[in-house]
Amino acid sequence: MNLSRPARITLRIAAALGFAVIYVPLFLVLVNSLNPDRSSGWPPPGLTFEWWADAWHSSGARDALWTSVKAGLGATAIALVLGTLIAFACQRYRFFGRDAISFVVVLPIALPGIVTGVALNTAFRTVLEPLGVGLGLFTVIVGHATFCIVVVFNNVIARLRRMPGSYEEAAMDLGAHSFRTYLDITFPLVRSALVAGGLLAFALSFDEIVVTTFTAGPGIQTLPVWIFSNMARPQQAPVVNVVAAVLVLLSVIPIYLAQRLSSDTASGSRI
Amino acid sequence: MEGMAIRLQSLRKSFGRTEAVAGVDLEIADGEFFSMLGPSGSGKTTVLRMIAGFEAPTAGTIELAGTDVTRRAPFERDVHTVFQDYALFPHMTLEQNVAYSLKVRKVPKAERLARAREALASVRLEGFGGRRPSQLSGGQRQRVALARALVGRPKVLLLDEPLGALDLKLREQMQVELKAIQREIGITFVFVTHDQEEALTMSDRIAVFNQGRVEQVGTPAQIYERPATPFVAGFVGTSNLLSGDAAEQVVGDRATYSIRPEKIHVLKESAAAEPEHASATGTVAEVVYLGDATRFLVDLDAGGRLTALQQNLETSSEDVAALRGSRVSLQWHRRHNFQVPEASRPSVQDAPGKHVSK
Ligand SMILES: Nc1ncnc2c1ncn2[C@@H]1O[C@H](COP(=O)(O)OP(=O)(O)OP(=O)(O)O)[C@@H](O)[C@H]1O
Ligand SMILES: [Mg+2]
Repeated sequence: MNLSRPARITLRIAAALGFAVIYVPLFLVLVNSLNPDRSSGWPPPGLTFEWWADAWHSSGARDALWTSVKAGLGATAIALVLGTLIAFACQRYRFFGRDAISFVVVLPIALPGIVTGVALNTAFRTVLEPLGVGLGLFTVIVGHATFCIVVVFNNVIARLRRMPGSYEEAAMDLGAHSFRTYLDITFPLVRSALVAGGLLAFALSFDEIVVTTFTAGPGIQTLPVWIFSNMARPQQAPVVNVVAAVLVLLSVIPIYLAQRLSSDTASGSRI
Repeated sequence: MEGMAIRLQSLRKSFGRTEAVAGVDLEIADGEFFSMLGPSGSGKTTVLRMIAGFEAPTAGTIELAGTDVTRRAPFERDVHTVFQDYALFPHMTLEQNVAYSLKVRKVPKAERLARAREALASVRLEGFGGRRPSQLSGGQRQRVALARALVGRPKVLLLDEPLGALDLKLREQMQVELKAIQREIGITFVFVTHDQEEALTMSDRIAVFNQGRVEQVGTPAQIYERPATPFVAGFVGTSNLLSGDAAEQVVGDRATYSIRPEKIHVLKESAAAEPEHASATGTVAEVVYLGDATRFLVDLDAGGRLTALQQNLETSSEDVAALRGSRVSLQWHRRHNFQVPEASRPSVQDAPGKHVSK
């Protein structure tokens, strides 16, 4: 496409501004995690790894990281199983209410996190508490799974839609029974979509804060929640910077991998 | 029954309100090259998919080699399919694709590789075994699909418009090859096409489909020369029908007659009728130059329009173009008048057409 010179220049400036707004703060976090000045004075008077060592020894941060990993893995596992099953059902079978189901499955990603959070909180307290199950890690996992399912579902169904049904028919025609067909044909063809969906789901769960706040029990703190509650404490500020920098790195990796695996599959809008 | 590869009895299939297949009875013999010919939407693919087992019939039975397989899954039937889109597994090499049916049947690895290579060689693709389907041309994919379906030596091979995606040249070449392969290995081919020429040149017998039913089953010559219904007369070859008043004046009988275009001679209006010939005068409405032949569309004075096909033995394109709008006399031997049975639906073999010579 050919643009006029002024239009081109305007577009370039706009793009540069956009990137600056997104990435300069992230860069600052990284720099400040190495800034010897406790109050993040600017410019940094030098370079130090003191805060990284502090963060490493901070048991609060380590526990929170561990909790986040457990929550992310749990939610991703649930999402992989349920999201894949629903995607297969919606794509391969016709049944009453099929369109309604695929709409209802995708809905949680569009709902404001605070609504999901409040709703889950109420539901857990009225249903689970009488059964003796309080809010805790388990409820966080379930809460995260509600939106993690969406990304897995979207990835898998996009792949299934583009895959002609004749591959599976051909396998059966050549003598493979249903399960064999799944193992030899269907699974290898949707595998990369599954992995991409799983990575995105993990990344989503890993930096979630709103739903987590409403579904976590008293002793449970995920990494984002820990950051949020320690940000206000001045003496913790450098450690928070370190943890934030780690969080950025940890979220970038799965998203980068997922992008490479499925440059074309639909993904959730929260990322 | 012995020697029957496939028998379909009152086969029906409805999708919601559409009746895709509306009662089909067919018997296909062992080793036959059997074609299903019909316009788009006439139910050919649906019949094929029911034989393969991908679609369960709404009613009726399917027998393969004398055994009722109506309720069996695709992997329990001794038929293989060549799909219209070939359906080669994209994540496997050609060798793995071709060897797949052997792998499923637990044929030892060495044997299955040898047989896959042999099958690829038989479709002239030796040395391509390590490639992926995406690295092939359309014609090569078609041949791999054929090799994959043939390597397990099924009793019956189903082919759904396998040549549809190929260009004319390749298509003609593949028609010859398919026919040669079928003759060589002697298995039953059920070949779906909507190309009448393809069906006529390749088949032992043809079933003409229309709106979910079989209009006629017969050899290519029977179908072409003795169409059992007006539909068959119109669908196979050029529709060239005389009926009503025109038929009464020209042939002498109020009925529907089919006259094949190539039997009709285009002569000067003044030409005297030869003995035993029917003749009709008219005006040339259109002249279509086809290279080796010319097609004349003539509006008859008696009413109706006939198409005549003339070989361009001595004429050139300029000569024939000048004939547009001129007056001509059409003549043909009376034995080429074929009376088409009125709108009945004889769906059984050899529905007798009546040859009239007046
Ligand atoms: N899965 C389906 N759901 C609903 N209708 C179908 C389905 N498959 C086929 N039909 C309908 O059944 C009829 C016959 O279809 P079929 O595919 O057998 O035709 P065909 O003779 O193979 O045509 P073509 O030459 O275009 O391939 C059509 O009217 C089609 O719309
Ligand atoms: Mg078809």
